[in-house]
Amino acid sequence: MTQEIRNYTMNFGPQHPAAHGVLRLVLEMDGETVVRADPHVGLLHRGSEKLAESKPFNQSIGYMDRLDYMSMMCNEHAYVLAIETLLGIEAPARAQYIRTMFDEITRILNHLLWIGTHGLDLGAMAVFLYAFREREELMDCYEAVSGARMHANYYRPGGVYRDLPAQMPQHRESPWHKGNDLKRLNSWREGSLLDFLDAFTADFPSKVGEYEELLTGNRIWKQRTVGIGVISPELAQQWGMTGAMLRGSGVEWDLRKKQPYAKYAEVDFDIPVGVNGDCYDRYLVRMEEMRQSNRIIRQCVQWLRANPGPVMLKNFKVAPPSRVEMKEDMEAMIHHFKLFSEGYCVPAGETYRAVEAPKGEFGCYLVSDGANKPFRVHLRAPGFAHLSSMDTVVRGHMLADVVAMIGTYDLVFGDVDR
Amino acid sequence: MLDQLIQQLVWPIVYILCITLPLIVAVAMFVFWERKVIGWMHVRMGPNKIGPFGLLQAFADTIKLLLKEVILPTNASRFLYYLAPLLTLIPALAAWAVIPFSSRMVLSNANAGVLYLLAMTSMGVYGIILAGWASNSRYALLGAMRSAAQVISYELAMGLCLVCVLVLAGSLNLTDIVNAQAGSKGLFDWFWLPLLPVFVIYFISGVAETNRAPFDVAEGESEIVAGFHVEYSGSAFAIFFLAEYANMILVSFLASILFMGGWLSPFPATWGFIGHGGVLWLFIKAFVFSFMFLWFRASFPRYRYDQIMRLGWKVFIPIAIVWVLVAGCLKYFGLVSIGPGV
Repeated sequence: MTQEIRNYTMNFGPQHPAAHGVLRLVLEMDGETVVRADPHVGLLHRGSEKLAESKPFNQSIGYMDRLDYMSMMCNEHAYVLAIETLLGIEAPARAQYIRTMFDEITRILNHLLWIGTHGLDLGAMAVFLYAFREREELMDCYEAVSGARMHANYYRPGGVYRDLPAQMPQHRESPWHKGNDLKRLNSWREGSLLDFLDAFTADFPSKVGEYEELLTGNRIWKQRTVGIGVISPELAQQWGMTGAMLRGSGVEWDLRKKQPYAKYAEVDFDIPVGVNGDCYDRYLVRMEEMRQSNRIIRQCVQWLRANPGPVMLKNFKVAPPSRVEMKEDMEAMIHHFKLFSEGYCVPAGETYRAVEAPKGEFGCYLVSDGANKPFRVHLRAPGFAHLSSMDTVVRGHMLADVVAMIGTYDLVFGDVDR
Repeated sequence: MLDQLIQQLVWPIVYILCITLPLIVAVAMFVFWERKVIGWMHVRMGPNKIGPFGLLQAFADTIKLLLKEVILPTNASRFLYYLAPLLTLIPALAAWAVIPFSSRMVLSNANAGVLYLLAMTSMGVYGIILAGWASNSRYALLGAMRSAAQVISYELAMGLCLVCVLVLAGSLNLTDIVNAQAGSKGLFDWFWLPLLPVFVIYFISGVAETNRAPFDVAEGESEIVAGFHVEYSGSAFAIFFLAEYANMILVSFLASILFMGGWLSPFPATWGFIGHGGVLWLFIKAFVFSFMFLWFRASFPRYRYDQIMRLGWKVFIPIAIVWVLVAGCLKYFGLVSIGPGV
């Protein structure tokens, strides 16, 4: 009698500690080896693209925050850039510097979360909490400019919502922050937001060094990541990979350099690239990106200190007039009313604008038919392209490597499912 | 008749309770200590709400677990499912019978103490394998398979490490093994010095044997969720937990007894009070070793399951085999001073 030996199927997620949200991965397993991986997406689909069609342009900026909820302002940036292109306007230089600076703050925020969760997936618990310590400081920057710690809604077509605050909010005494701890926290927060960022960026490279000390030379960490999930440059390009996934494979492609937007052409930074295209290289690339982002922030802080100025266009067709003007000027009052009820009409046309979001190329394809609402918005999410390569990459790896691979993809289901 | 009954039944039970009850309390405090220490290492606070400094946290958790329902998964093998936690707990507690706390404090001064220990510690894995199989869950089954593979690799390395100790001490009795480490040089008379490589291997194998980070692939939180006990809840889960921590403490005690001179003082006897051996020394040593478990857990990433096997088979076992020969030569040529125990 013969008995057929079959592989078995395992349902990895959608509720799984390493699923990074709601990834459902149907794995066909031969023992511990993965024979086929079938990612199922759509469990976090909220129809953001469709929702945007039913609202004036500005009202969808808030939805962009909620796509990739780890790189909020970068998503806003792509959408706002697309509107600006269709309108034919450009934000003032100071606003562009602020955008550059906050894009990089966002990149650090995202990479900190990534290193934390990736470490946690591979069992290194400490990095997670260390990374969140620094994330907290940067969240405070978000809060200082926009009032929200995550879903900032700060960028606007024509500039940013308001100028950087002259006073960084301080921590109050609480059971969690008191004594020397409170003094240390507030010592950075004596001056403006720029002073705070100055202090933060002076300190941050040493913090990256701390994470690297725990992981980079760690033999277990290397065994878990070196040679795991190797993606050749050709494969990476075939699957439409961008960001650290592509650079980890040795392709030097970064929209900030290749198609500079905002003020990236004016700041000095390097693009790290990997050699082998494995999880370890992508880890090193992201760690170095944090250091480079730190450099960019420092340059922006310097420029912003020296150059005060408007952060919003004085074009009342797209940007609201100030409250003071509204009290006295009839025109301003009307503009305000029109802007917050009807919004503005965008000339008919279509455009695609992309930014180098922390996870890769985040693009916004915008079609306008001349109305006050977009005719169609398509968002190009980097995570979606990356995830589609899952089966090709993890075939033949072990179950534990699938977890390492999900970590290195840096998936967030807000933007995969949109 | 009554005298005999008291002699043979009541006193042993009292002794057993004298060991197991403090052990269970020690496990509770160890869990609390672990959460505190890992909290500090992670720049957070750890439990601090229940009782002074959060001291009662572990008891609150225990009470919560005991009050929860034990859920039996569909199509699970009922008998084995309930038997498995007991199969892990009983050997974990029974192994303590031969542990000498000081030269006179030992429940059973068995001649084949080390053999008994080996038998008991390897029994525990049956509970894990049965738990994984009986749960009727693929995650649990994977955990059980990993655990089985891991135990096979590390029992061998651990056994060979013990052989080195036996060769030097010339006895299977744990009290004799400690006495063999006594001498005028204190700290430098203990077996860790001549057996340094196997001492390290023994402790790492002990970490692997108890399924602790970085060898916690049988639980593999981020891969197979909780591994073999993913389907267990309530008191059944609490029993697994208790067994795991009792085993950790056991491994810490064994490392102290086999390599670090048990209750002996690290200082020469001429140093007065601190030069005298005592149960406190054993506790201090075991505390240091158990602290290492927490330190590992707080800082290391997790091994992959095949890498653990490679470490066991290709690194630990060859080194241990070589050191068995080295230990034999050391003993034969009288290069190690052996205490008065033999």
